[in-house]
Amino acid sequence: MTVTTDRQERVREGLGSSVKRPDGVPKVDGSFAFSSDLHADGMVWGHILRSPHPHARIRSVDIGPALAVPGVHAVLTADDVPGDKNFGLEHADQPVFAHDVVMHIGEAVAAVAADHPDTARRAARSIVVDYEVLEPLVDAEAAITAAPIHRDGNVFADLVIRHGDPSVEGEVVVEGTYEVGMQDQAFMGPESGLAIPDGEGGVDLHMSTQWLHVDRDQVANCLGLGHDKVRMTLAGVGGAFGAREDVSMQVHLCLLALHTGRPVKMVFSREESFLGHVHRHPARMHYRHHANRDGRLVKVEARIVLDGGAYASTSRPVLVNACCFAAGPYDVPNALVEGWAVRTNNPSCGAMRGFGAVQVCFAHEAQMDKLAAALEMDPVALRLQNAMKTGDRLITGQLIAGTAPVAALIETCSAAPLPAEDPDPDPMGLPGGAGRTADRARVRRGVGFALGFKNLMYSAGFDDYSTARVRLEDGVATVTCAAAEVGQGFVTLAQQIVREVLEVDEVVLAAPETATIGSAGSTSASRQTWMSGGAVERAALAVRARLDAGEQEPIEETYEHHHPPTSPLDADGQGDAHVSYIFAAHRAVVDVDLDLGLVRVVEIATSQDVGRVLNPMQVVGQIEGGIAQGVGLAVMEEIVLDGGVVRNASFTDYLIPTALDMPDVQIVALIEEPEPGAPFGAKGVGETPTISSSAAVAAAVRDATGLELPRIPIRPQDISLAQR
Amino acid sequence: MSETATFRLNVNGEQRVVEGAWVGESLLYVLRERLGLPGAKNACEQGECGSCSVLLDGTLVCACLVMCASAAEQDVVTVEGLPEQKGELTDVQCAFLDEGAVQCGFCTPGLVVTVHDLLERNAAPTELELREAISGNLCRCTGYGRILAAAQAVVAGRSGSGRSQREPSA
Repeated sequence: MTVTTDRQERVREGLGSSVKRPDGVPKVDGSFAFSSDLHADGMVWGHILRSPHPHARIRSVDIGPALAVPGVHAVLTADDVPGDKNFGLEHADQPVFAHDVVMHIGEAVAAVAADHPDTARRAARSIVVDYEVLEPLVDAEAAITAAPIHRDGNVFADLVIRHGDPSVEGEVVVEGTYEVGMQDQAFMGPESGLAIPDGEGGVDLHMSTQWLHVDRDQVANCLGLGHDKVRMTLAGVGGAFGAREDVSMQVHLCLLALHTGRPVKMVFSREESFLGHVHRHPARMHYRHHANRDGRLVKVEARIVLDGGAYASTSRPVLVNACCFAAGPYDVPNALVEGWAVRTNNPSCGAMRGFGAVQVCFAHEAQMDKLAAALEMDPVALRLQNAMKTGDRLITGQLIAGTAPVAALIETCSAAPLPAEDPDPDPMGLPGGAGRTADRARVRRGVGFALGFKNLMYSAGFDDYSTARVRLEDGVATVTCAAAEVGQGFVTLAQQIVREVLEVDEVVLAAPETATIGSAGSTSASRQTWMSGGAVERAALAVRARLDAGEQEPIEETYEHHHPPTSPLDADGQGDAHVSYIFAAHRAVVDVDLDLGLVRVVEIATSQDVGRVLNPMQVVGQIEGGIAQGVGLAVMEEIVLDGGVVRNASFTDYLIPTALDMPDVQIVALIEEPEPGAPFGAKGVGETPTISSSAAVAAAVRDATGLELPRIPIRPQDISLAQR
Repeated sequence: MSETATFRLNVNGEQRVVEGAWVGESLLYVLRERLGLPGAKNACEQGECGSCSVLLDGTLVCACLVMCASAAEQDVVTVEGLPEQKGELTDVQCAFLDEGAVQCGFCTPGLVVTVHDLLERNAAPTELELREAISGNLCRCTGYGRILAAAQAVVAGRSGSGRSQREPSA
């Protein structure tokens, strides 16, 4: 990419301006190579056979019929896995292929490679698996004490946080039990990849993922190969939102490639995508809030149970987050939080945008509204009175040392003008739209407010780092970094940073791959702006220093950027587990048809903590897109489970917001208080737009209906059939 | 694969021969895997997401729902074949870039084709008409705000009235 040498133009392409994406042109003209667009000469197609049962013993697998199908090149089962039989991000408990038992619907049992994708599908269907169907354990609460369904037990993690004096009581107490359904990340580009054997026992894997190096390590372990024999290159990623953090088809693709000696491509159908990746943890949460009559919070008690599904994935850190942020962004002097993340025969759960903070936000914000009602206070005023600020302590005892502009978020967001009510709305603009037009006379408007927060980057003792290399040659800077671009715009930011530091016009981004550079960590936890942005900045600064000292090009520097160390929580859930926090406020306006139970989200107003805006257009994109996923969780999106069976694994049945469902977004304020220690003072903004938008919409629907609505997504029948 | 067919398609103004395709193949599969046109994407294979939007004899369709052999001899226009207006891109494509309507980009080609089709039929859509027209195209990254802004910028540009009416509020 070339820009002009004009100084003003260069500043425009530096930090703080709405620089356009370097991958934008190929993405609009259709030439950008997503992982599903890859092709290699002589390639064959892979397909995975999946379990139709949530829990069953495998008596036998007969692959003979599949091998007999013309065009089939390989049929593999658990017996064909040469290395570790299991993989996992934190704990290797997920089998490459089920052996002995299947633990969830859609679990991989066998894989086929064939010369046509339909041949592979038909051959997989011909495999005869003899299952002894077992009773599935699907109740997360029951799983805590139920007989173990897995040799590693039913509890992935449990945690207690005792803060201050957990025995004190407030003058006013409110309580409630809240539930959050299972949300899917529903990225647009299904899992896909291409594995190419190198002819020397190794394999090159081109894959859409969030963290190349951790995939590479898991794949190599399962293949029984040295890590240098598996080389991963990032293929174009069609969205991620957490669902690509775990390994999906990576091992299967490489196994098929090594067995056939041919390149193997695989693309999940939408149904397979729903069955083949982790989801947001469903949660059941019981809360008790204590306050004095003047509105001051005294204590928060919470009991949180997360359904982790069949395998561990990231259930443990999701639970840590849910518990750490359980009380919300408020100054809470005393707390008692108990949490469990458990194993069931439901689909596995793991990372999704907000990572544990979304579920508890729905509960703590419902509690704050309930408390305001009990105190006869304005809910916004109650939040302002208790707002967290720099110098306060989290319920883990950790000092909030960085910026925490919570009061400013509340004040700006709540003061934004409300949208006018249209006296003569187009039927398309009523709840339900054109198809199920609401009765205008029965439509009620509601307004709700919510605050949310979470940590940036990895926590609780994890050595989180990113690596970047900057090479300056002939006036062109080349950045090598394995950070996964999943749509968020790290590629834009990396160019902006290097232009800013080196004042060069042309910044080339090398392909992210494992063979040429160390790990960049995961594109998750709102961490790449800080971690990989920081690595790129420091590598560029080192190049700059040598340039300024009179050295001649080429100059190359590599930097490994670690964030300050954190500690695990102790037995009382106390400790300095986090580096930094980000906050947001959302105000939702909804129209609800009381009879049909239909909700139209009219507008979301938001104020967002950002540290510093590095690319305004990209920040707006993160906020609007994150709000869409929050709105979806509030009123539309849920993986419907029936005894562990997924009932809606398609976009016909799992509904995500369309352009007609999406409200107007009013970005009221981007609060720029540079975060000490953060590169450029910037905080990653990816997750907070999702965290409190769901809670705000739920509050608005409560305001419109007068119902308690303790569960999201709010379904039409929760309103239309409710006893008033 | 026993049941195969050989037929002709007129794709982006070019006569293309599809040889020995299994008759069950969709137009989307043939475009992507046999004719080297990966711009139309497969995200749901059941006509719900619009990522595979193309024009078939001038009508917007989901290519995943069209049996390819049934499209024999018909005119197909994909994102690769949209008429160029500004250098190598159309005004819609340029607006998508300028307004920040692209993140992961998987839905983008389908949306570009859909917005082109809408503005051919309705040069000045209201916001609700615009939302309705693109409501068959799912996007998971953007929340649609910048996509609507891009479409409105094209409307303004084509009518000569200058900038989009839908500025980001930040």
